[in-house]
Amino acid sequence: MLSIRTLILSTVISVFLIGGVSPRAFADTFVFTAIPDEDEARLRERFNKVADYLSKELGVKTEYVPVKSYAAAVTAFRNNQVQLAWFGGLSGVRARILVPDSEAIAQGYEDQAFVTYFIAHASTGLKSSLEFPKGMAGRTFTFGSKGSTSGRLMPEYYVRRNFKNAPGEIFTRVGFSGNHVKTIALVQSGAYQVGAVNFKVWENELKSGNIDPAKVSIIWETPPYPDYQWTIRGDVDKRWKPGFKQRVGEVLLGMKDPELLASFPRKSFIPAKNSDYQPILDVAKQIKLID
Amino acid sequence: MTAAPTISAPTTPRYSAVVKTSVGFVAVAAVCLAFADISITTLDPWSEMKRMAWGVLTPDFSAVAGLGMVVMQTIAFALSGVALGAVGGFLLSQVFHLGPVRWICASVRAIHELFWALIFMQMLGLSPLTGVLAIAIPYAGICAKVYAETLEEAHLPALRILPRGTGILSAFFFARLPDVWVHIKNYTSYRFECGLRSSAVLGFIGLPTLGFHLETAFSEGSYSEAAALMIIFYLLIATLRYWMRPKLVGIYVLAAPFLLGGGAVIEMSNIVRFLTVDIVPAPLRGAALLDGQTWDNLGHWAGTLLIDQALPGMVATLLLSQIALVATGVLALALFPLISEKFFGPVVRTVGHGFLVIMRSTPEFILAYVFLQLWGPSMLPAIVALSLHNGAIIGHLMGRFSDEVRLRPDSPGGINLYGFEILPRVYGQFLAFLFYRWEVIMRETAILGILGIATLGFFVDSALADIRLDRAMFLIAVMVAVNVAVDSLSRHIRKRLRLDARAREA
Repeated sequence: MLSIRTLILSTVISVFLIGGVSPRAFADTFVFTAIPDEDEARLRERFNKVADYLSKELGVKTEYVPVKSYAAAVTAFRNNQVQLAWFGGLSGVRARILVPDSEAIAQGYEDQAFVTYFIAHASTGLKSSLEFPKGMAGRTFTFGSKGSTSGRLMPEYYVRRNFKNAPGEIFTRVGFSGNHVKTIALVQSGAYQVGAVNFKVWENELKSGNIDPAKVSIIWETPPYPDYQWTIRGDVDKRWKPGFKQRVGEVLLGMKDPELLASFPRKSFIPAKNSDYQPILDVAKQIKLID
Repeated sequence: MTAAPTISAPTTPRYSAVVKTSVGFVAVAAVCLAFADISITTLDPWSEMKRMAWGVLTPDFSAVAGLGMVVMQTIAFALSGVALGAVGGFLLSQVFHLGPVRWICASVRAIHELFWALIFMQMLGLSPLTGVLAIAIPYAGICAKVYAETLEEAHLPALRILPRGTGILSAFFFARLPDVWVHIKNYTSYRFECGLRSSAVLGFIGLPTLGFHLETAFSEGSYSEAAALMIIFYLLIATLRYWMRPKLVGIYVLAAPFLLGGGAVIEMSNIVRFLTVDIVPAPLRGAALLDGQTWDNLGHWAGTLLIDQALPGMVATLLLSQIALVATGVLALALFPLISEKFFGPVVRTVGHGFLVIMRSTPEFILAYVFLQLWGPSMLPAIVALSLHNGAIIGHLMGRFSDEVRLRPDSPGGINLYGFEILPRVYGQFLAFLFYRWEVIMRETAILGILGIATLGFFVDSALADIRLDRAMFLIAVMVAVNVAVDSLSRHIRKRLRLDARAREA
């Protein structure tokens, strides 16, 4: 029979084990993460390859840790549980405010001028236009993740600017799909009539044959803004070796494998700096996502 | 000439307090329903439903890499969390008569495991400790209360015949505890089953349990993979009594930490920062505390938060949970005959049991997630999920309870038996179960906000997404207050109606 003594004793020992045994496993590994903006399977495939590439080029064991939310990616970076991250514009700005000496070191070529597509279900009758489509009012609308640049920040900014009102007042229902693939699926199925999506993910899904043009189409495109970037913590030089940060930057910029680049999908990586993202910070403050 | 009638028929029927209470709750739910947002927003829910059904018929066990390890980790988190919670709860139950202890226990159990996990994630990251504490802390609060009540209700014949001068410890371990040990053990093993559900759900926010892969599979529409994961989960719960042997518990608990997996390095500075900076309301951070302006700012901050987020969240949470509570009751009353010997033969009962086992083993969070995929966002998926899960739990307990009812040899059958015999006799017990479940439904309602329904959890999730931890904690505090209030209201009603206390496993 189970005695209370056994239970208490084994639990007490177990507590020490939980605290002591497990957490040290990754101490020497250079760990990075990425915002979960797409299907996890695809992210895993892409970033495990990136991890192999970084391990080889840096000579330091590098590992990719998947997370379930944008906020979890920022928090992991802030808590030094990852030292490098593939952030969106907004998550990167947030992370660099929270970790003062961190730096944006590389961005995709396309990230200099990123755009958001507003997409609509065919039943709405909304058509592609150069003007902001005010016919959206009174429909149901889905953003991507709450912390997304292309799926939340910029579309909300343009909705507020054009309607002079909050999304909740303009649309009959406002949702957050979680990621861009989901946004496309929700608008395509009619669960939401209109949505805002990252143009790169849209193109990727279109190429993969997951979009039915008879059901969902682009109705508007935002003006360009800076988006995704690799951000690294400032204390990595101290933890690994002097010049480590710079070396990581060089290696990222030197990513030339067409297959790997296509998986992002980006043409190439180019240098980035924190000030490139000032416009994102300004917009975030304007719509009060950052104080 | 008139003959005065000897017996006067009562002009107005007198209803009992139980009936009045029931009618009152149904009326409140009906009013709530009028204000609730209920609709199916997907244009074609059938095609997705067909794909899901196809997935259930074609489970793919090979799709999840390292399935064995995932199962082990799910068990390991549940074991470590529940063991720690049970031991902590046991110690707390010894001082449960102290007011502050009772309040602390009520507050910690008012916060759902998922929120605890999100809080610890800020301090400890995705380390195993996050998951273990997320289960252990609320469970300690629940166990403390139940253990204390159990100890209090014990008859304790042995205690009375102890020789004078017996030490407190000896008296406790040799006279008090043996008497209630069976109850405590049974309750703790029931808690472990709940722990498995909690552990699985924690995967949805990133811990390496079944829920992690379930979330991926569902969100990518890989329903065959999702079905495989759910089947594994049901098997795990169905076979619980075969592998969870009392003799092995000690070994299991010792082995669990090695299975939790590696994870992030814990840094003290993160914990300190969270406690001393992050959760301090923004207007107070680095401000002059003697300056009146600072407190004006704080008032403005709290006021805005209260009016823009806490109040609408609270209204939605209350609306949804009152509707779900009544729907749970109706469903439980409709379902329990399916497993009762009084009503059906073995074939129907087996099918009934199967249905109830699946519904009560599936966490509400997962049910709600699935229905949201099917019907789109509104309160409907949440109501259906909450009432199915909780209705199945209460239905199961009621079915067992109704089997114990002794009938006259000439008792009616079928609907007459149900309406005039069984229902009146089990109704008090039914209400006891239901009111015990009220607090749980409330907690779950709040958490469903993470899925996009505008309950308090939605606003907490938004604050966390913006890394505004001060706001998140403020909203969580509001949630605790609402929950503690509902808990004490439920206790008050149970006491007034003199409902049996045997409802704990509900």
